[in-house]
Amino acid sequence: MDSLKKEMLQKKAAEIRVDIMEMLCEAGSGHPGGSLSIADIFAYLYFSGELKLDPKNPLMKDRDRVILSKGHACPVLYSTLIEKGYIDRFNLKTLRKFGSILQGHPDMKKVPGVDMSTGSLGQGLSVGVGMALGLRLDNSPANIFVIIGDGESEEGQIWEAAMAAAHYKLGNIIGILDKNGLQIDGFTKDIMNSEPIADKWRAFGWKVIEISAHNFDEIENAIGKAKEFKDGPVMIIANSVKGKGVSFMENQCGWHGKTPNPEERDKAISELTGALKK
Amino acid sequence: MITDFAKKILSTEAKKVATRTAYGDTITALGETNKNIVALDCDLSKSTMTATFAKKFPDRFFNFGIAEADMMSAAAGLATTGKIPFASTFAVFATKRAADQISSSIAYPHLNVKICATHAGISVGEDGATHQAIEDVAIMRAIPGIVVLSPCDATETKKVIETVVEYNGPCYVRLTRTNIPVLFNDSYNFKIGKGIKIMEGTKATLISTGFMTHIAFEAAKKLEEQGIEVDFINMASIKPIDEELIIESAKKTKVVITVEDHNVIGGLGSAVCELLSEKLPTKVIRLGVQDKFGASGETYELINAYGFGEESIINTVKSVI
Ligand SMILES: Cc1ncc(C[n+]2csc(CCOP(=O)(O)OP(=O)(O)O)c2C)c(N)n1
Ligand SMILES: [Mg+2]
Repeated sequence: MDSLKKEMLQKKAAEIRVDIMEMLCEAGSGHPGGSLSIADIFAYLYFSGELKLDPKNPLMKDRDRVILSKGHACPVLYSTLIEKGYIDRFNLKTLRKFGSILQGHPDMKKVPGVDMSTGSLGQGLSVGVGMALGLRLDNSPANIFVIIGDGESEEGQIWEAAMAAAHYKLGNIIGILDKNGLQIDGFTKDIMNSEPIADKWRAFGWKVIEISAHNFDEIENAIGKAKEFKDGPVMIIANSVKGKGVSFMENQCGWHGKTPNPEERDKAISELTGALKK
Repeated sequence: MITDFAKKILSTEAKKVATRTAYGDTITALGETNKNIVALDCDLSKSTMTATFAKKFPDRFFNFGIAEADMMSAAAGLATTGKIPFASTFAVFATKRAADQISSSIAYPHLNVKICATHAGISVGEDGATHQAIEDVAIMRAIPGIVVLSPCDATETKKVIETVVEYNGPCYVRLTRTNIPVLFNDSYNFKIGKGIKIMEGTKATLISTGFMTHIAFEAAKKLEEQGIEVDFINMASIKPIDEELIIESAKKTKVVITVEDHNVIGGLGSAVCELLSEKLPTKVIRLGVQDKFGASGETYELINAYGFGEESIINTVKSVI
């Protein structure tokens, strides 16, 4: 990736993270950790030009689909949609408030650009399988990106979907596992160990690509390869840091579902913008 | 007028506690002497408050990760070995994600599992529709053999948990997130199948359950100030329901209003209608969620906007008398 593109993506990712902080501080409840861990990947998906999307035409026929199966991380999705121009910036102040389009978990009937309502974990990949089957019947070139959590991967339904996607050789599904090592009650390895996770996906018939979730070269390379591979589903295992970009939130279980107060928000934002200047 | 019976059991302290907190404290206290008690959770122990038990008895706590179906059937397995499993997660996931496991693994063999689900109703607030159980009572009530209980405060929760430990069979206990007033003192006794009359009147029968009782109580008191006295009943035992108490009251007042933080289809209101339509046809108005999904917002803001807050209760009573 050339340095200009990388700089642009870094800037976008920082802006998304700043919006996440603003949004959550204003709301007073919500989920920072799992939003920040996937922010670089969202910046890449929406701003690299890699996906076929049109903010002016959110239901465009052959658009690529994005399903945030770990729906509690919706601040990252909402911020991205705001940055991309799908929805107006004033909405940022309304997150989780009565009457807002920005519900506590994503509602596809309310927010343009949201391809699926989520919130109850473990269902997004199955929905992706359905979309993939339907779009394939229509000979659509669209890809379906499904973002799942590592805690979420404990749901049996994830593995039912894994089987189905491989069984139907769905080359149009690209899974992204946000492997941040944490869930609510603690470290994933202590709560319900799912390792060796890459071997599990391979055993279920998926092509697996392992990357750092915070390295744009690796993200670009992985998504490029995943798109090329048409024989079956691909899982990108994105090794991430929960709370990435805000020092006091990084790898801290306590920041799964706690929001920053105004001082913490300001500290977070100055860190995020400071890192950008360096 | 507050009944003489209620006067003895009403608390005089002004304290607010969430029923989920009372739940965690009670299983932990009971766990000291009853070594068969085990607690199970699905990555929400700090919210369901089974974490209190886990801290004290780490060997008797099992976190199943985010795998509700697995947890429910495993609870059934534990029950076959003589353990008394308390299986907890949010009410949405317990009763919808794992409905078949509860039915087939727990209820059909009538195993001694206590499903104690928290964050029921739209009173959950900001998390929104996917996290607000408005159909859990309907689902649990429709499965044969499950006792369905919905305590209204910390004291009633404690008594309910003490009761279900002694009862042999599957129970569903509906708990809530938000801190609410402690209405009863410790002399209150809970019995499965029994409600309690808190106020006595002739104009209408007002029956509430769970989270809604503290709100309905305020409404009943305001109505009394305006000269409208109602029979006000708290019904924690939704299945079996207190038939005698409801029939006796409906005979006198001729009109019943039910209030619940649940869809009006399948919950307390439905249970009351089923009873009265067979045994004493009486007009019943069901206040609650009118068959639509919840939303994000603040607890009381939502309940008011959905039309079953204090003001709606008062207006409804006035409209029928
Ligand atoms: C079926 C279901 N069970 C439980 C929850 C409650 N919950 C919300 S987030 C979460 C932890 C998710 O962990 P992970 O998938 O690792 O997400 P991340 O670390 O990326 O935030 C849980 C248990 C839920 N939303 N859905
Ligand atoms: Mg995680």
